[in-house]
Order: sequence, then structure tokens, then C-alpha cells
Amino acid sequence: MISVFLILSSLIGIGLFFNKNKSLMYSLLVLYVIQLWVFGISQYLQIHTEASFTYFKPDHIGILLLLALAIVAIPSLFHGYRYMEKHNEGETPRTKGLFFSALIFLMTASAAAYLSNHLAVTWIFVEATTLSASMLIYHHRNIRALEGVWKYVFICAISITFVFIGILFLSLSFKSAGITDLTFDSLYANYAKADLFWLRLSFIFIFIGFTAKLGLVPMYTAGIDAKDKAPAPAGALFASILMNVGFISIYRTYALINKTPLQHWAKTVILIAAVLSIFVAAVYMMRIKNIKRMFAYSGIEHMGIVMIGIAAGGIGVYAALLHIVLHTLVKPVMFFQYNQIYWVYQSKSIYDIGNYFKYNKTGAIVVLLGFLSVTAIPPSGMFVSEFLIFQSLIAQKLYLILILMFILLTIIIYGFGSNVFKLLFTPPIDFNEERVPVIKPWESLSQYILLGLAIWMAYCPPSILIELINGSLKLIA
Amino acid sequence: MTDILLIALAMSLLYMSIANRMITYIHILLFQGILLFAITYLTLDKVEPLNVAFIMLETIVFKAIAVPWFLNSLIKRNNITREAEPFLPNFLSLIIVTLIIVISIILSSSVSSKLIDKTFFIVALSTLFSGLYLIVSRRKIITHVIGYLIIENGVFILSLAVGNEMPMLVNLGIMLDIFASVLILGIFFNKIGDVLKDPDVDLLRNLKD
Repeated sequence: MISVFLILSSLIGIGLFFNKNKSLMYSLLVLYVIQLWVFGISQYLQIHTEASFTYFKPDHIGILLLLALAIVAIPSLFHGYRYMEKHNEGETPRTKGLFFSALIFLMTASAAAYLSNHLAVTWIFVEATTLSASMLIYHHRNIRALEGVWKYVFICAISITFVFIGILFLSLSFKSAGITDLTFDSLYANYAKADLFWLRLSFIFIFIGFTAKLGLVPMYTAGIDAKDKAPAPAGALFASILMNVGFISIYRTYALINKTPLQHWAKTVILIAAVLSIFVAAVYMMRIKNIKRMFAYSGIEHMGIVMIGIAAGGIGVYAALLHIVLHTLVKPVMFFQYNQIYWVYQSKSIYDIGNYFKYNKTGAIVVLLGFLSVTAIPPSGMFVSEFLIFQSLIAQKLYLILILMFILLTIIIYGFGSNVFKLLFTPPIDFNEERVPVIKPWESLSQYILLGLAIWMAYCPPSILIELINGSLKLIA
Repeated sequence: MTDILLIALAMSLLYMSIANRMITYIHILLFQGILLFAITYLTLDKVEPLNVAFIMLETIVFKAIAVPWFLNSLIKRNNITREAEPFLPNFLSLIIVTLIIVISIILSSSVSSKLIDKTFFIVALSTLFSGLYLIVSRRKIITHVIGYLIIENGVFILSLAVGNEMPMLVNLGIMLDIFASVLILGIFFNKIGDVLKDPDVDLLRNLKD
């Protein structure tokens, strides 16, 4: 099934690349979304089959993130369409084709990385996401985009090398027991035979390598520039599904470590990286002037929270998985809305924008609701998951981390809030109102649906979500 | 015999730390590519034509011919100054790279594993860290690329040390090499050369908060 999906997606991607016809291009995109959904649902139906899998396996965590990807794919392609057709005159059929084909390859590679059952396969598709993401970052072909793409590719190349070294050490760790099959199933079954020295080295390299995708200290820097320079519909995908690629890879590796005596050491490593990430996000939130980068730093904060939940264990893991799903739904909203803000003000600096309620009421309400959602203020869905993570920290008696988190999150809410309220209410200086384009309310419809979905999923989770999260928990428990 | 070749590779790192001209770095890359071919050939258990052809393609054709030639033409085409412009004096660099090698030796002597050949491990680690050091201590974008290629060579040796029974992993590593280096070199450095004259990392410092 997955091979059919990969082949079909590649064909659609290649078709988009060569195609110059507009209506054919959009029919191909619709076709892609349909086949993505068909694939997602068919994988979900296969979840209970006991067939033996080698490189790909539809397990709960993979399907959970795959379905989240399928949901986010629709508004991303829709906003990609608006971005190309309505507000950017300079786009030619060729640049459009390149953009959409890179978008399709990014989504396909992420979907394959979610379902991979072998660290080396994950590794290959992570490399593929770097390639397609670099095409998206370089879309505008100016010097700043070049700088962003250079940094992104360079840091991702180094990180992917780190992951490769990690895989080498992992193979060494299992080699002494005569195990050469490195699928996750085989690793989980034979964890007791692993050589702990090499396993420890392997985890540290794999963890550091994947933080480039996850957006955690130490390799988070490239992702920020990427989300800033890529067109916002692509930035939305970087901030949601691409971060999930890093998350699932670390989650699966951690699930292995969690079974061994290295468990406590790994938790400490994750906690240090996570708290440092929230700290970095807090520091930048206080002084940031570029709202798109601000949304990107907010992603760093959320990944920090998620990893703290994972390290805390117990109910924290459930909360972390819920949090990552909600984040996948909510964060793209901010990026989609960012495009409309840019069309009004032609700037992303906080000094040039303001009084957004006057120019685009529907959009302004999205920004306000999105702000409440992202900072986990009720009725935001993330309030539930963050609350559960705090509970798990108390249960584990990690009071110091809890207090640190409270302080840093308060700073983040202050920094985020002061910029968002300036955007919404303070009138801008020297702003020519005549150039403001008319933005129809229905263009913000997808944002409302995503925000509503996030609230619904947190307060009365559908049974399929609970089933998938509980199934994913079994990896760690 | 492999030990001698590996030690020669470690010595090339020392030479790299004091090299002044860009062309010397390219010669070192070429030299390392040839050494890697010899080392891989000697560690093969049985000689299969297909396998040897694959290794030759990777080490001789790719690492020793294509990449150095490409870097050289980049330097000529973009009129990059011939000097490496290090941040630190050469003498200090030499001491740091020596320290890296010494630390790698100490590190790997603390590893009591029979699975891995010590010499391979030491040389792999020191190549890795020297590559990282080269990246942080030089000013030009092209020396960053060279540093990355040296890290790749280190990973190649590491995968040889680990993977003589696991051809899948070695092939994977080879794929990493080709994929990432071609991507970095081919597409983007070319573009940077078009947009910037005398590419320097200082020119890539505008994206910030």
C-alpha cells in the first residue's frame, strides 16, 4: 500500500513540476489530497493486522500524525493556491509548479517518515524532507532566501550526519548480541541484549541530529530562518508536520532507551534540552520584532513543553501526544493568517503594523483566538494538555522544572501578548490606508475550522483519537 | 598496511590545520579520497567486481576527482581569494588539531569493545572533530563546505570500522555522502557565487531578530 502511495505521489509531484496548465495543476493537487486521505484511512484500517512488516508499519503513533498531516494538508494547499493566484503577481507557471511539487514531496516524505519501522528508512525520508524544504525556502530567489536556505541545508546536513553516526553506534550496540535486523520491532524485542555503552552514545547522537527537525536546543536555529523565509503556507507545514517528523523519530528511539537501564539518564538529557529550548524561546519572545519569527519561536517553546511531558512520564506522555496533535492543528493557523497580515501592511515588522481590527475583522478575530490557543489560555485545547503536563511534573516531584516552566511561560505570554495586542489595537504610524486590499471573510474560514477542531479534540476527544494515543502510549509504557 | 594509510590520513589533518592556500585544502581532499579507496579496498573480505566498482565510484571518482575539480572551478569562477583567512594563527590551529587527535586516542582507549578496530575509531573521531574545527575557525563559505566534506570522510571511516559485516549501512553512508554533498555544492554554492562576490560568512548575517 505504501509503495502505491509513494509512487502515485511522486508521479503527481513530477506532473506538477512539468505541468504549465493551471486547471490541471489544481486538479492534480485535489487528486493528491484525495489519495492522501485514502492512504491515511486504509493505513488506519490496517492497524490491527498482524502481518509482518519490514520497512514500513502502520502503528498508532504513525497513523496519529499521518491523520493530522492529512487534515493540515487541505488548508495548506488552499492557502498555497491563494498565495499563488491572488496576491503574488510575479508567479509564473514554472515557479508555481515548482512550489506545489516541493510541497507534495515534503508531505509525502513526512508521511513515509511517520510510518517507517526502521531508523535508516526514517533517516532517508528525513533527508528527503530537507531537500524539498530547501526548494520551498528558496522560492523567492533573493539574497535573504538564499541565506535562509544555505543555513538550513548546512545545519540539516550536519545533523543528518550525526543521526547516521548514531545509527552506526546503534548497530554496534546490537552487534555483540548478533542482532543485525535494525527494525524498531526487532530492537524493542531485543532491548535487553543491547550494549549500554554504545546505546548511550547512539542516543545522544540521534537525539542531537533530530533536534534540527524537532526544533529543540541545540540545532533549532536553522528551522527558525526556514520558517521565516519560506512562503507562509510552506512555513505552516514546517511548523507543524515537519516538526512532527523530528518528534516521531526521537519518540521511537526514546521508546527503546526507555526499556533499558539508561532510562533516567535519557530523561535528564531530554529535560535539559527541553528546558533550554523554552528558555531560548522566552528570551527571543521578549525582544522579537518580526511576527513571523515570533510564531516560529513559539513552536520551539511548544516542542520544549512536549518533550518535558515525554520525559516526565505517566500522564505526561498522554498529554504530550495530545499537545503535539493540537499544536499541529493550531500553529498553521497563525502562519495562514500571517499572509493576510502581510497583504494588509506589506511588512512583518512589529513597527509597521497595527490596528488590524480596522482592516480585517475576521482575520483579527483569528489572530486573537490563535493567540489564546497558542498560549494555552482557556478555552484553548492546549490548556488541557499543558495542565496535564504540569500534573505529571508534580506527580514526579520535578518541582524545580515546574517553577522554571511557569516563569518562562509567563515571560513568553507577556512577549507574545504585547506584540499581538500591538498588532490588533495600536494604530500604525505613517500607514497609507488606500493600498489595503479587500480580504474576504471566507478566506479565514479554514483557520476557524482548525481552531474549533483543536478545542473539540481537547475537551471531548473523539474515540479514534483516544484509541490512537493510547496505542502510542504502549510504546513507552 | 591499513594502519599506515590511516595514520597518513591523520597526518593530512595536521597538514590541513596549517594550510594557507585554498588549493592546498583541495589537494588534501583529493589525497584523502585516494587514501579512502585504498583503505576500503584493503578491508574488503572478498573482492566482488560490483562492490569494488561501487567503492571506486564513491571514493576515486567522487571524492578524489569530481568534488576537488568542482571546488577548484568554483574558486576560479567566483574569483575567491586564494587565502584561507583563518580566525586563529596557524600555530594555534596545529596545536588544537593535535589536541583533538590526542583526545580521540584517550577517548577510544577508554572504550573496551572488541567490535571496533581502535585505529579506525581514533582516525574517524579525529577527522570528524577536525572537520568541525575547520568549520568554526575559517571565514569563507567554501571552507565550511570543505569542513563538511572532511566530516563526511570521518563518517566514511567510521562506517568502515563498524560496518564491514553490514553492507547496507555502508551503502547508506555512501548515499549520504553523494546526496548531501551534491546538494550543498551543486545547487546552492553555485547560486551564492552568483549573488555574492567573494563569498564570506559575514555576508550571511542578516537573518536575525
